[in-house]
Amino acid sequence: MNLDLRLPIGLLFTILGAILVVDGLVVGAQVLGFNVNLLWGAVMVLFGGVTLYLGRASART
Amino acid sequence: MHLAPIDGFIIAIYGAFVLGIGFVLRRKIVHSSDFFLAGRSIPAWVAGLAFLSANLGAQEVIGMAASGAKYGILTSHFYWVGAIPAMVFVGVFMMPFYYGSRARSVPEYLKLRFDEKTRGFNAITFAAMTVFSSGISMYAMGALLRLLLGWNLHVSIVASAVVVLCYIALGGLTSAIYNEVLQFFLIVFGFAPLVFLGLRDVGGWAGLVARVPDTFTHSWKYMGDAGANPMGVEWFGMAMGLGFVLSFGYWCTDFLVVQRAMAADSMSAARRTPLIAAVPKMLFPFLVILPGIIALGLTTHPNPGTAPLLTMTADGTYDYNMALPLMLARYYPSGLLGLGLTALMASFMSGMAGNVTAFNTVWTYDIYQSYIAPKKSDAHYLWMGRMATVFGIAISVTTAYVAMRFDNIMDMLQLVFSFVNAPLFATFLLGMFWRRTTGHGAFWGLVAGTLAAAGHYELTRVVGAGSLLPKLASLHTYPSDMAQNFWGAIWAWTTCFSITAAVSVMTHPKAAEELTGLVYSLTPRISSDDQPWFKRPATLAVVVLALTVALNLLFW
Repeated sequence: MNLDLRLPIGLLFTILGAILVVDGLVVGAQVLGFNVNLLWGAVMVLFGGVTLYLGRASART
Repeated sequence: MHLAPIDGFIIAIYGAFVLGIGFVLRRKIVHSSDFFLAGRSIPAWVAGLAFLSANLGAQEVIGMAASGAKYGILTSHFYWVGAIPAMVFVGVFMMPFYYGSRARSVPEYLKLRFDEKTRGFNAITFAAMTVFSSGISMYAMGALLRLLLGWNLHVSIVASAVVVLCYIALGGLTSAIYNEVLQFFLIVFGFAPLVFLGLRDVGGWAGLVARVPDTFTHSWKYMGDAGANPMGVEWFGMAMGLGFVLSFGYWCTDFLVVQRAMAADSMSAARRTPLIAAVPKMLFPFLVILPGIIALGLTTHPNPGTAPLLTMTADGTYDYNMALPLMLARYYPSGLLGLGLTALMASFMSGMAGNVTAFNTVWTYDIYQSYIAPKKSDAHYLWMGRMATVFGIAISVTTAYVAMRFDNIMDMLQLVFSFVNAPLFATFLLGMFWRRTTGHGAFWGLVAGTLAAAGHYELTRVVGAGSLLPKLASLHTYPSDMAQNFWGAIWAWTTCFSITAAVSVMTHPKAAEELTGLVYSLTPRISSDDQPWFKRPATLAVVVLALTVALNLLFW
């Protein structure tokens, strides 16, 4: 397998998460007292980042 | 529901990734086996998530939330009684024959194990079923997007068809599998906040329990009597009909899911594929059924100052199919809404791509190569696979338009296909574990089982329900269509099993050397002693089953 699937997954979630974080900071819509875009965007960036890191780490070896 | 630019932007980025994966993988497709079998090079975790995702069509996601609102936690039987045991069985006991025989499809396994007519019967009905179901889901998705967003139905249908066409025609099964995994994560991330916010809003699990009837939060307590639970079926019909016959028939024999495991990079990975898929699968009720139950809670006992969530339809029942979309509309602000809609579209595409890749393989290998144009070059079959992707999707689009015009024809076809599916597992069970089973036995057993399913439907009725087909007689009345469906499957399976066994005894079996690798008693045991313990199928199976039992007890 030549394309490590973790790279596109990591990239997609980092990008989508970052968009939500920016929206959460700028607009900051509150749902039941949570800034959901900011919080969930951050979780997605974290997931995306870890996935990218794992994909790149194994690509180097 | 209104889309802000940010929502459209999120959907567009997802679209770009889906197509991008197809384009990148295009360069890896050299032989037909790259296109149809992903070169048998997929790691276990990727195959496992794709195995799960291919089954997660949009109708599944929306339908499970709808069932959650209609039947409550009883819907989890489709997972904790239905899917999981069957997934464990196919991984531990059946994969050695599917993967080990080097068959390129499930119908091809039937050809190797039995004979040409059994393969033909399975290949042709399966191919018809796949293009048909992808057309139905295409229509369902288009109709939903029109309802929610006011999008043009024709544009939705054609655009989604073109996207799926591009990524499969370019990158074949690998592209479909990669996208299915991407879609799996999108579905999880797209719906998880919904469960959190919904539960929070109804006051947690305890708050939810207080709002819905007691039968909605217990999976087994009311299964003793069909009249006591909203599904209208008792534990035996459910466990045998759904748990054994229908679920094993689907998860163990349907090429749509089995193809993902056949693409795995080793026997060990192929066997672990369904076992890995079983772990997220057992947690999916929390993601797709729970929002439905919450939706019902917010309808019968709305929070002060809010309107009931679900609306009544003309016939006096709630519009259950709107449970998930209305939950998204209530809790998701712009941004998260784009993610939620992307998840819905992703689930739609993964279901459709699963059908299309299964169709192009069965068409090319089991119908075209076998009956129309044998002995052509590998490049020719690769070309045919791409062509089959194009015309398979074209037939699906046509089906979508027929569905738009004639609701009844579609329901009727779905019913007929369910007759064909019901007996299948009996054939595979006998074929894999009883060497004496013959091709004539398998074929006539399948025919008899299909007829038994149709006959059962013709001779029974459901309380207070109309019928799609004119009835011959009414020998028995079921309390619900689910009960009729489960018991029909039990009849079909038993008929197929008995006829297959009876005809097999009377006909001449294949020689033992022809059956090596295809039948349990004639195949050397696969040792997994060289694997670390956590990679052994038996260990994984025990863990998965123990967790499933625990979940059943927890929600008893």
